[in-house]
Formats: sequence, C-alpha cells, structure tokens
Amino acid sequence: MNIRTYISQLIVLVVLMGCDVSQINSPYIEEEGTSSVLYQSFSERPKHLDPATSYSENEYAFIAQIYEPPFQYHYLKRPYQLTPLTASKMPEINYLDSQDNKLVGDVQDHDIAYTDYVIDIQSGIQFQPHPALAKNAQGEYRYHHLSETQIQDVKTLNDFVDTGSRELTAEDYVHQIKRLAHPKIQSPIAEIMKNYIVGFDDFSKQVSSLQKTELRNKSISGVEVIGRYQYRIRIKGKYPQFIFWLAMPFFSPMPWEADVFYEQAGLSNKNITLDWYPIGTGPYLLAENNPNRRMILLKNPQFHTELYPSEGEPGDKQNGLLADAGKKLPFIDKVIFTLEKETIPYWTKFLQGYYDASGIASDSFDQAIQFTGSGGATLTDSMKEKEIKLQTLVEASIFYMGFNMLDPIVGGDSESARKLRQAISIAVDYEEFISIFRNGRGVVAQGVIPPGIFGYTDTKAGINPYNYDWIDNKAQRKKIEEARHLMEEAGYLNGIDPKTKEALILYFDTAAVSVDDRPTMNWYRKQFEKLGIKLVVRGTDYNRFQEKMRNGNEQIFVWGWNADYPDPENLFFLLYGPNSKVKYGGENAGNYQSAAFDKLFEKMRNMDNNEQRYQIIQELQEVVRHDAPWVFGFHPKNFSLFHSWYSNLKPNVMANNRLKYTRIDTLERTEKRKHWNHPQWLPVILTLLVFVCLLVSAIHAYRRSAKETLQ
Amino acid sequence: MIQYIIRRFFYAFPLLLGVNILTFVLFFIVNSPDDMARMQLGQKHVTEQSIANWKQQHGYDRPLLWNPKASGEEKVTQTIFYQKSVGLFLFRFGVSDSGRNIGADIQERMWPSLALALPTLIVGLLVDVTFALMMVLFRGGTLEQAGIVLCVALMSISSLFYIIGGQFIVAKVLKLVPISGYDDGLIAIKFLILPVLIGVFSGVGSGVRWYRTLFLEEVEKDYVRTARAKGLSETQTLFRHVLRNALIPILTGVVVILPLLFMGSLIMESFFSIPGLGSYTIDAINSQDFAIVRAMVFLGSVLYVVGLLLTDISYTLVDPRVRLS
Repeated sequence: MNIRTYISQLIVLVVLMGCDVSQINSPYIEEEGTSSVLYQSFSERPKHLDPATSYSENEYAFIAQIYEPPFQYHYLKRPYQLTPLTASKMPEINYLDSQDNKLVGDVQDHDIAYTDYVIDIQSGIQFQPHPALAKNAQGEYRYHHLSETQIQDVKTLNDFVDTGSRELTAEDYVHQIKRLAHPKIQSPIAEIMKNYIVGFDDFSKQVSSLQKTELRNKSISGVEVIGRYQYRIRIKGKYPQFIFWLAMPFFSPMPWEADVFYEQAGLSNKNITLDWYPIGTGPYLLAENNPNRRMILLKNPQFHTELYPSEGEPGDKQNGLLADAGKKLPFIDKVIFTLEKETIPYWTKFLQGYYDASGIASDSFDQAIQFTGSGGATLTDSMKEKEIKLQTLVEASIFYMGFNMLDPIVGGDSESARKLRQAISIAVDYEEFISIFRNGRGVVAQGVIPPGIFGYTDTKAGINPYNYDWIDNKAQRKKIEEARHLMEEAGYLNGIDPKTKEALILYFDTAAVSVDDRPTMNWYRKQFEKLGIKLVVRGTDYNRFQEKMRNGNEQIFVWGWNADYPDPENLFFLLYGPNSKVKYGGENAGNYQSAAFDKLFEKMRNMDNNEQRYQIIQELQEVVRHDAPWVFGFHPKNFSLFHSWYSNLKPNVMANNRLKYTRIDTLERTEKRKHWNHPQWLPVILTLLVFVCLLVSAIHAYRRSAKETLQ
Repeated sequence: MIQYIIRRFFYAFPLLLGVNILTFVLFFIVNSPDDMARMQLGQKHVTEQSIANWKQQHGYDRPLLWNPKASGEEKVTQTIFYQKSVGLFLFRFGVSDSGRNIGADIQERMWPSLALALPTLIVGLLVDVTFALMMVLFRGGTLEQAGIVLCVALMSISSLFYIIGGQFIVAKVLKLVPISGYDDGLIAIKFLILPVLIGVFSGVGSGVRWYRTLFLEEVEKDYVRTARAKGLSETQTLFRHVLRNALIPILTGVVVILPLLFMGSLIMESFFSIPGLGSYTIDAINSQDFAIVRAMVFLGSVLYVVGLLLTDISYTLVDPRVRLS
C-alpha cells in the first residue's frame, strides 16, 4: 500500500468520523449507496466450501446461496415439498428388474432391482463469472496453464483479471457425482452412496490413484449423460429418499474446468482452492473470502430467471409473504457476513441495527423474551419498541438420553431392564430441563419424530403412554410414584440393588466436563435420585467418549440427531438393528435390536407417504416407547430475532438457500440506525475536564512543595 | 557479537527439536490419528474406510516415531514425526488438516495481531512510565499513597471485566466507537481505539507499580544525590538522570516480548473480532488440527528464542559495560 492510499484512507476515516457523527460507532466503512445490503454474522469459520465435502450448517449458510442442486424445498409450502431448481421438472423415476427391463403397473418392492432417476435441466443457465472459465481470443482457456511466475504474482482469486462463463450442462452434474466418489476428495457421503449408486464403489477404486483432473475422461456405470440437458442416475433397488439427497449441495453441478484450474501446482499454497473459492450457478457468488474476518456474497450477474413463489400455506398472504409473488429473485444485492465469536458484541450490534438478524444467547435471553401466563414466548417491551420481530421454529432434530442395550443392567429385552428404563424415562423430567437449561427453547419429545415430519401428531394419539397421561387436552408427565412402582417391579425397591443391598449405581458417560456443564450433570443426578438410584458421571474427553461409544463400554449417554431430510426413515434408522454402532459402526448409538422394529422399519422405509405408512410409523413409535431404548428428550426450538426492515421471512428447517427470497428496506434501516446511534460526548468532555483539573492541582501542589523546600 | 549470535543459533536448534518432540508426544498421547480423522470428517456417516482414506491422504497412516517395517534410514524418515517436522526447521509449515496453507494463514493473521499489540505496548509503556514518575515525584505524600491504592485496585480486577465494561460504556452507552470489528490499513484505527485503550488501562496498575519500583531504586543512588546537591530540581533529576538509568531494565523487559507480539492475544482478539493469531492455536487444539498446533508451538519457541537473543544484544546497546562473549 503506498503513501497516497494511506492518506486517502486517513481522509476517509476523518470524514467518516467527523461528518457522519450520528453513526461513528458503525462497524462498516463501505458506502451502501442505493444497493440493498444484508448484514449477517457467523461464529465459526467454515472448514469446507466444496459442495462435495461440506456437510455442516455453518458451511451451507454460504454454499447453498452459490451452488444449485437440481431440486430445492419449496420456500413457503408445508409440509416440506421438493420443487425443481435447475431441473425443468421433477425427475422421471423408472423401476427396473435385474435384467434392466422397465417395470410397469403395480410394482412390488422385491421385484425392483434398480431405480433410474432421469433428470432434465433447464437450458440457458450460466455459471458465475470465474477465471477457470475465462478464454482468450483463440478460444483457449486463459488460466489453465499458469506458469510459476504467474502464480507467484497471485494472492487471491480476484488477482485473475479475466473471468468467463459458460452454459450449465448435464455433464457438470455427472462430473460432481464422480467427484463424490473420488477418494482424494473425501466426501462424507461417499460411503453411503456406495450402497446406492450403481458403479459408485467400482469407480471409486478405479480412480483412486488418478488426479481429479482426470475424472472427466472416466465414466461411472450408474451415472450417465443422456443429452446436453439430461442425465440419469441408477440406484440399487428402491430408495425413495434418494430424491432428498438430490436437493442437497452434494449433487450441485461442478464444471470440469474448476478442477483443472485449481489443481495447478502453487495455487493451493496461497489457499486458492475449490474448497475456498466456489464456482456455482446460484443467486450469489463469493466476492470476498476471509474466514478470519468476513465473507461477502454478491449478486451473481449471470443468475438465471427464478421467480418468487406465488403459492404458499394458508395465512402466508395475510402475513405479507406473497407480496413479492412472481418477482425476479434475488432481492438483496450484497450480503456481508462478519465473524463474531463473542455474544456480547454480536447482541449489541444487533440492537444498534448493524446486524439485520440475530439468534438469542442465554445471557441476553431475558432482555429479549418474556413468557406469558400461558407459557407462550413474546418479546419484551424494549424489543417491541424497536419493532423487532420474533420467529420460532422447532428444528427437525432430537436430543435423547440413550441406554446401551448391550449393558447387562440397563440393556437387553428382559422385563426387569425394560421397566427400569421406563421408570428412568418418567423420572428424567425434560420439561424441567428445557425450562432451566434452554430458557424454554424446546419441545418435549414423545417419540422419535420431530414436529413437521410425516408421522408426527400432537394429539392424544401422539403421546408416549408409558411416560404421559392425556389430561385437559395436553400431555402430562406421569407421577414419580408410578416410576417408583416400575422400579419395584423391576426388582429395585426404593432403588436398592438386591445384589449389593445398596442404592443401584448407574453410570452416565459424557464428554461434557467443563465447569459450565456441572449444573447439568447435577441435575441429571437429582433426576435419578428421585428413584433412589445413584448416578455416577463418568466424564472424559471427546475422543475417549467416542471410543467408549464405538466399543459399547458406556451405560447411559446423551446423543442427538439432526435430520438430513424431512422423512421419518432418516430418524427411525437410528434404532434399526443393522445400524448398530458396536456391531456395524452405524448410527444406532444405543445398539438397540428388535426384530419387530426392524421388520416394520424395512416395510416403512421404501413406502410413499400414505395412510398405511402413517399407521406403520405409529406402530414403530409404539415399539420404541414400550422398549424405551431412549429417554425421548426434546426437539430444540430455535428463536430468531429480525429487525422490522427485514422481510419475506418464513422459517424453513430444510431449505438452506433462503437468502434469495428475503428483502431489506434500506431506507428504514438507515433512519433507525441514525436514531439509535447518536454518540454521547458529554461524559467524555467531563472526564477530560476532571483529568485536567487533577493535573493542574498536582502541578500546583508540586510547585508549592518545591518552594517550601527551598525556603 | 556475530560469533555469539551464531553460537546462540546452534544452541537454539536442539532446544527447538526438544520442543517439537514434546509437542508431538503430548499431542498424540491425547489424540490418535483416528481421532483426528473423526474430528475432521464430522459426526455423520463416518466409516472405518473413510477414516483410513483420510489418514492416507494426510500422511497419518505411518507409525508415529519409528517404522519397524521400513529399512535403513526409512525407519526414521517414514514416520509421522519426521514427515511433519522437518519442514518446520525450514519454516515450511505445510497444510493444515482442514486443507489450508498454514504459512499463508499466519502471514495474513499476524498483522492484525501486531496492529493491536504494538500500540498497546507503546502507549501502555508511555502511560505507565509517566504515572510511575509522577508517583516518584510525590513520593512519601498522600498522592503517592492514593496512587498505590489505586494501582492495587486496578491490578485486582480481571482483564475480562475491563473488556466487557469498556465495551459496555464506550461502545454501547456512549456509542463512540464500533464495539467490535476490523478493517485493513488506516481504517483499522477506528476499530483499534477501544481495544488499545482497554489494553493500556488494564495494564496500568501492574505497570505503574513495576516502573515505580525501578525508579525508586535509582532515586536513592549516589549519583542522584550528587545531582540534587548540584542544585538540579527534582523534575530535572528525575527526567535527566533517573529515567535514563532506569531505561536499561525497561528496555530489556520490552525487547524480550517484542517478537511475541506477533502471536496475538486470545481474549482481546476474540471480543473485538480482530482477525489475528490469538485464537489460531486454541481453535486448532479444539479441532485437533495437529499441523497448526505444531507450527504455532514451533513459531512461538522460535520467537521466544529470538526475543531472548535481542534482549542480550540490547544490553550491550544501552549499557556499554556489557560485552557479549
């Protein structure tokens, strides 16, 4: 940076601090002008931005705005529904027998050897401008053969002057599926897809020693480009949930040019990799990537035409959610995400209007939320005064207390163990847990399925009859006496272990060992004490805890699951025998095994949503409620706050690409920011005056004492 | 002096090797390569095969310190320790386990750390020395007693309190500066005013007491008495003679920490969203990123050794009686 730049920056600083005295506390330097800018924050730097490897919410906040899989969740309709995104229509699904013959008519599951998903994509969709696609006058790629000197001069992707674009084709989707299979990319879903996509495993072995740049010339037997805008994925057997995977960023298109460009030696030393600089077709492109400070998304100038939905749920129109129906997306020009690790500055900036939305940390919860007499959450007066809006949403997740079913005391299918588990399920009062530790942000789980997922019901039929009674039209936890009675039936009268003649000792294994976790652990102890059981907390570090879980050395533990897609299969599979953690390394952490459950699950998982499936789901719920391999804990409830100028907001746990639908009223924001951020100079002036007075007095005192000494 | 520096350089080599071995052993006592793979691959759908793939891709599929299956020198070279450590001595930090180039990250993050730490050090030093001199000037009086009480009170308060209190009063109530954030170039001043002020203020108590002790030690010496006998005023004595002579311990104390300023401050950077190196190591430990941990521990050791060397050299500069041999 030369001296002129410094001087100009100094002038800007002085002008900003001197002229716009209403907002000298503004953390933003850039002038917004007439553009619509959204200000967001992130608390954890993303690890991956490559859609093949990225698999966490904080990464999807960025890449879901940049990459476009063929399908997406409808923004407004409920229950969650898939719609085409880059696809021109929903996929054509064909069932085949083992001879590759198409099955027609009333097809039985056992006849289906393969399922074909034929996907047609829209023509005319362009990739964002990117150096990997830049061509020279001769039509050759401008930056595919960079010399050492050229690479030496480059610091960020923006240092490549030329950019180019090209049309999205079916080959780009197929190329990405090949990338998912490449062992060097280490996609987290590669092992799952080996079980489904035909030829995926063989392809993975075939290309294991090859560079990513060579993938283009290899073919995968189950994935085929049929035409410029059409491709086919063949999966083994029937797996209706596969379509949900097609709405996740894993199946976004990736131009082969990206791999050729980024694989050039030397670029990765400058952190210029596909994992950090995405190339997509979505509404936004990543203009600045500094995960230590901020990430900036800019509107993609090449974004294809996509319109705001014209249909939604009843009530959406009244809530103003259809005011922009039929208008071209996106509405926001620029999104600035700032890294904010601490909750105090994050909350203060939100209150000052410098963030447009905010979650609620526990230390600011009382400032924002108050509970009404009926238990409902509303905003406090200070929030209402600022016209802040509250939005709540029960997440498609479950947190539960699991029993290791391989354990001789709490596990197994004996009557005694089952009654012990049922008694504990009554005693561990998750209503209290939610109230104390989550500020009321959660819904007690009555079974495996969270609200919003097919099979859930909040009526009497939906309660866990082993833990709850239906009184006054709501579920009420059974009295502790009933739990004690179950303990007696289990052979532990007043919690006394007949073998030792002392209180039954159970072990709670956890990695939550910090000082902050102590109240929670004490609470768990107290819940077990209600039954006379002594709970010993075996705290350990995360690695050892995971090891215990893998080896089945735990007894009682707390675990959670966030659904990948809105289907009960993605939750019930956590209790499916062949997914047992100890035996098969699966996600069945408690190693629950029930022939009845497994049979019902196998029947349910491949069915379409209909009355019969609903009934099977209820049967599954009944089996697990009876066997009680889990204490069904709670489904977290997310509380979000939004300023009045931020609109078109509808909670959607499945769609990660929500930014394109939202809108900012920049005029209102500017006015409110000015109003809320007048600096207070008087205390500063008074402090300075006091300091000067003290200094003058000190000088005076010194002179007087010096004079006295001389005399 | 050059001979001395070369000798110190060779002394540093086994020291750094020792630090490297210690870091390696401590890290792998707590984490195995399998644990590291699981941490990087996430919670969902992690299979043994994907763990094996990850280890192979990142070079953690070798033995830790000794490879019994290899032959000759490869018994040592074909180990995780050798493969991951040799580059450090050439300042090639390699790639983090999450795939980012560590050298590039350090280069990018050390400047914001320095932008915060250097002004805090300089302004803090000026303020501390000034107040310490004032206290010495009024020694034996009520002002000094009040100053000492104030210093003890300031020392007794946690730095976290200063940060939260400072953010609350200056940024939230008075709305004079942004509560957190950072930008490049001179614009950064706007964001650094508050953290620097808080950094200085939180160090005033201990700093003033320390410098006061140094000055009081000097004030009783014979040359000061001679200066007074010659008719110099108390201020002239303090600023011309006492301050100059007390500079030796002040300077050496400052020089030793100069190189470490690059390493940043975890709490300050975290609260003020300054994208420095402060949280780099802690984040790496939490995410079990051994590549970053070893790089940062190595860098910290090198900077500390450099700091000590600079201190020795600075002795010769401020005190002609000291000779390096």
